[in-house]
Amino acid sequence: MDAFILRALLGGLMVALVAGPLGSFMVWRRMAYFGDTLAHSALLGVALGFLMGISVNLSVILVCMALAAALVVLQRQRRLASDTLLGILAHSALSLGLVAIAFLETVRIDLMAYLFGDILAVSWVDLWWILGGGAVALLALVGIWRPLLSATVHEDLARVEGVPVTAVGIAFMMLIALVIAVAMKVVGVLLITSLMIIPAAAARRLSRTPEQMAALASLLGCLAVTAGLWGSWQWDTPAGPSIVVAAAGIFLLMLAVPVDWMRRRGEAGRAEG
Amino acid sequence: MGLVLGGRRILRDVDLRIEPGQITTLIGPNGAGKTSLLRVLLGLVPPTEGVVHRRRGLRIGYMPQRIAVDEILPITVRRFLSLGRRVPRERLQAALREVGVGWLLDQPVQSVSGGEMQRILLARALLREPHLLVLDEPAQGVDVSGQGEVFQLIASLRDRYGCGVLMVSHELHLVMAAADSVVCLNRHVCCTGHPEAVSRDPAYRRLFGDSMPPGVAFYPHHHDHHHDLRGNVIPESAPEGAPVHGDGNDD
Repeated sequence: MDAFILRALLGGLMVALVAGPLGSFMVWRRMAYFGDTLAHSALLGVALGFLMGISVNLSVILVCMALAAALVVLQRQRRLASDTLLGILAHSALSLGLVAIAFLETVRIDLMAYLFGDILAVSWVDLWWILGGGAVALLALVGIWRPLLSATVHEDLARVEGVPVTAVGIAFMMLIALVIAVAMKVVGVLLITSLMIIPAAAARRLSRTPEQMAALASLLGCLAVTAGLWGSWQWDTPAGPSIVVAAAGIFLLMLAVPVDWMRRRGEAGRAEG
Repeated sequence: MGLVLGGRRILRDVDLRIEPGQITTLIGPNGAGKTSLLRVLLGLVPPTEGVVHRRRGLRIGYMPQRIAVDEILPITVRRFLSLGRRVPRERLQAALREVGVGWLLDQPVQSVSGGEMQRILLARALLREPHLLVLDEPAQGVDVSGQGEVFQLIASLRDRYGCGVLMVSHELHLVMAAADSVVCLNRHVCCTGHPEAVSRDPAYRRLFGDSMPPGVAFYPHHHDHHHDLRGNVIPESAPEGAPVHGDGNDD
């Protein structure tokens, strides 16, 4: 196998592994659009990285986290509905990024690669970033798992039971920002949330516990990455979108699973008891 | 204590004391600020004026009004009960049995009925071994005979655990029988005291009208049948002559 395919596969699998549990929480907390907004802002991070001459990976992480923090503050003021606010920020940040990149006269940037990913151009340095960022995100998520889950199920109950609801919520947003930043290379800013949301949604029907769903989402994500890359190789299609198409296919397949067979099994047990 | 939310005054000059080991019930018309008062007492909302004193180390068990866990989040009752901290299976089972829904332990939370969910929430509150139980409309969504059961259950739990109880309720007549003291709220405390005394208070009469004769209380009695907790909502369209269970009013 060619080295670049191996690197692409490694990078994709690592991203899918982290995206599973993180994406599950995004789905549970209804934060899909939030993730999208952060991802849109990543392009601004790219431009700033070039402008300031620092690592693009680092500047993207910083911009994503700054935007997440801004969102926390703005949402607290409740002047605008959350989705309106996210809509404004997502597209302003994306456009600002595109405009900023246009000002970069000395650097030529492959815009398509940032928007839709260029997994076949993933370098060893990129892989290290994905590994480092992914490991940090995963470990931190495991660390806040219990309080975050409690806050996700019912915020007030969690608060009364002493969970630092606001703190774990903010920590989780930062983790999303981190993962989006390091995963950008694989599927691009416009598609990255799909890699978090779709496998998680697909895993729902086969899961009975949150942990099962998170693990299964990782597994299905890895499957999508493998299938997408294979398809891309086979038919010479763009890799990032191919991965997302594969994920969507898996999601559709999961819809065909007999209606909540887990649930029905549970109810049969209850009728006996 | 007072509360203003979004420029609207919700509570004014509320002065309240919750006694340990007592059942205190908060009643009042819709929009009287009952739930807001609970939220301030729980520390979920800071009061605009005044302070809330809590005994040091006070552990509160809270049962919110109506909770629906999103279908997308797969979670069993067992997991739901141990979200706060790890609890051995036997204790979870015992807590559920205590509130009368022992068979639900391994069910998905989304598959239980409204009345069952109320009991599960009660079990979760009890697992904290609370000094004070705070219940927001504990009998909501439960039919009339079931409501009596819920209030009896709460009273028996108080007796067993010796915890104080603070609850909001609309079920006036049931409340009057189950409470040690009643606080009648309509943005401010209208009147407070023993249920009997409150029901004679002119302020209470003004608030709730004369639709309720003073002193009417729930009459604790035993049915010769028992409602199972799953099917406790009796369909109104039950055919004539079918063995319809009483709804608590007709006997």
